[in-house]
Amino acid sequence: MARIELRNLRHSYVPKPSRAEDYALKEINLEWNDGGAYALLGPSGCGKSTLLNIISGLLNPSEGQVLFDDRDVTTLPPDTRNIAQVFQFPVIYDTMSVFDNLAFPLRNRGVAEERVETRVREIAAMLELEDEVQTRAANLPPDSKQKISMGRGLVREDVNVIMFDEPLTVIDPELKWKLRSKLKELHQRIAVTMIYVTHDQTEALTFADEVVVMQDGIVVQMGTPVDLFERPQHTFVGHFIGSPGMNLLPCELRGGRAFFRDHPVELEGPVSRVGASGEIGIRPEFVRVSETGIPAQVRKAADIGRHVVVEAIAGETTVNAIVDGETPEPGSAVHLDFMPEHTRLYVDGWLATERADR
Amino acid sequence: MALELRQVTKTVGAETHIHEMSLSFDAGRFNILLGATNAGKSTLIRLMSGLERPTTGEVWVDGQNVTGMSPQKRNIALVHQFFVNYPHMTVFENIASPLRVQRMAASEVEDRVEEAARVLQLGPMLKRFPQELSGGQQQRTALARAIVKESKAIFLDEPLANLDYKLREELREQLPDILAGRGTVVVYATSEPTEALLLGGATALLHEGRLVQLGPTTDAYRTPATETAARVFSDPPINLADVVKKGDRVSLGGLEWNVYGQVAALPDGPYRMGIRPHYVTPLEPSDVSVPFEGLVRITELSGSESIAHFDIGGLTWVSQAPGVHPYRVGEAHEFHLIPGRCLYFDAAGALVAKGRDHGAH
Repeated sequence: MARIELRNLRHSYVPKPSRAEDYALKEINLEWNDGGAYALLGPSGCGKSTLLNIISGLLNPSEGQVLFDDRDVTTLPPDTRNIAQVFQFPVIYDTMSVFDNLAFPLRNRGVAEERVETRVREIAAMLELEDEVQTRAANLPPDSKQKISMGRGLVREDVNVIMFDEPLTVIDPELKWKLRSKLKELHQRIAVTMIYVTHDQTEALTFADEVVVMQDGIVVQMGTPVDLFERPQHTFVGHFIGSPGMNLLPCELRGGRAFFRDHPVELEGPVSRVGASGEIGIRPEFVRVSETGIPAQVRKAADIGRHVVVEAIAGETTVNAIVDGETPEPGSAVHLDFMPEHTRLYVDGWLATERADR
Repeated sequence: MALELRQVTKTVGAETHIHEMSLSFDAGRFNILLGATNAGKSTLIRLMSGLERPTTGEVWVDGQNVTGMSPQKRNIALVHQFFVNYPHMTVFENIASPLRVQRMAASEVEDRVEEAARVLQLGPMLKRFPQELSGGQQQRTALARAIVKESKAIFLDEPLANLDYKLREELREQLPDILAGRGTVVVYATSEPTEALLLGGATALLHEGRLVQLGPTTDAYRTPATETAARVFSDPPINLADVVKKGDRVSLGGLEWNVYGQVAALPDGPYRMGIRPHYVTPLEPSDVSVPFEGLVRITELSGSESIAHFDIGGLTWVSQAPGVHPYRVGEAHEFHLIPGRCLYFDAAGALVAKGRDHGAH
């Protein structure tokens, strides 16, 4: 088990990088505590796989350091880093039984057979594979094979970190939520540092204590699921987390106040930064359809059972509101009221308001 | 334009894939087929598009019996969950391909392709090849090909299933607008209840090859005619329990509450009760509620919502609530059931009473 630190990490796949665009990873500084559950979340191309490969040692970074418990492992080959990895597709021995598959990483390291027996039974039970331990892996359905793959990652007790790279890709939708939650439970029992890479917000938020959100080679926020929902540090986080994502309204700043189409909009607190372009960020959950506020026209209202998703247009800006109760008619003129304590300002993409003491 | 299935069935060997079913779809609305895997959605689409022939019954398009007609002659378009494009052709040629088959004049092909590309925001991509596009753009290309030829019907078989959820969200929002007003019958198959609700229109609920219910999407959701319909149209799964109504009380194991609305008029006796996951909440709601403890088994966070699967008596129930709730797996947690939102079914599974609709306060 280890505490992992990434210092000033940059990586480029081009030979002589000069511009920022040449870097797949632009500047990464992260600290992960021993025994924590972390997720790397972002769309394809954001750099999360590059980062994973640097941690596992498959790739040497162009610049910066990787430290395991303050020991520099930046240039060490993968097999000396003591890492377990679980990939998108099952990596198992089809001709072996489930038991032998799970035992393999332990026997390979000369663990006493008695200990192997106990540990394999333990892991098989956690993954609900105990009735299949003697079955040949080849005879199992794809999701069981992937469970074996996970089990092989979890079975060793001496690893620094277990890394999961989109491990639920091959799993049936009906089983996905079970395994998602299972992994979380396993982490609570095993308490090894785990890093989970995915583009799926539900997988990331369900699994991790802290989620690292990446976009275009940078970390835009690292935070708990509550942080990411309540206080996105960057507009990308607001957009990517939540469905529908955060509303973003272009605004003008005058004398420390924000105006949207000449309507003053009350923010959560004082403005802390200025810059070229400002946007007001507010989640649909905190927009009310009311008698006062910003005038808008309702485009659509979808009753999805637990609430109604109202899509309104204010000028040329689409604003979503999640409302409970009466559903406004499409085409009707309404006003949108923003809850001030949830109304934030973003400047050049980054959060630019401080929370006021209320 | 209208498409009709008249008493169709489909059997393969000893298995019945479609039990006798009659359905009609108009061009004027968004038609949805909702059901789990193997409910019969894809089979119905194959029957309507002519890829398969019904065992019995007929398919009619615009007053014409097309039952034995080949898919090519039916003038229909199909969009699958996998992005089907010609890898060796540019996006322009991919979109143009159905028009080339019709030997349309080059200048008209160009106009039509450009219009379809504009609607699907593919304008800047026309010279590229499919593998140079993102998954969302590849599926947009397949959609553009489906709308370019002005077919009589467009069938979409879970077209968003293989997209990342943010792309899915975006395309789902645009699809009804893209497909509306073309005079084409649109049939959209999905296995996701929330997707059906977001798309609106009319929904046919399917279960094990049978038509369970048909109607405006919101109505089918709010007033499921049967327990099966309620199960098909609920994600997370609707919570079900056996309850007993006696006088002005309803009891579920050790829990009890006062009868409400339509339930008061029911004769005393056993009923099957259903309550949707968002009416079982971790926070005390403003409505009258019954608190109880559940042992949390599985939790999920979707970003803006928290889901907990928990044990209550011998049952497994689900709660869905806005916000992020700190559940601990393996520990008891207090939940609140809202009796005013329950559905009641009789022994045969038919809806006999329901609480207030969402939104009606």
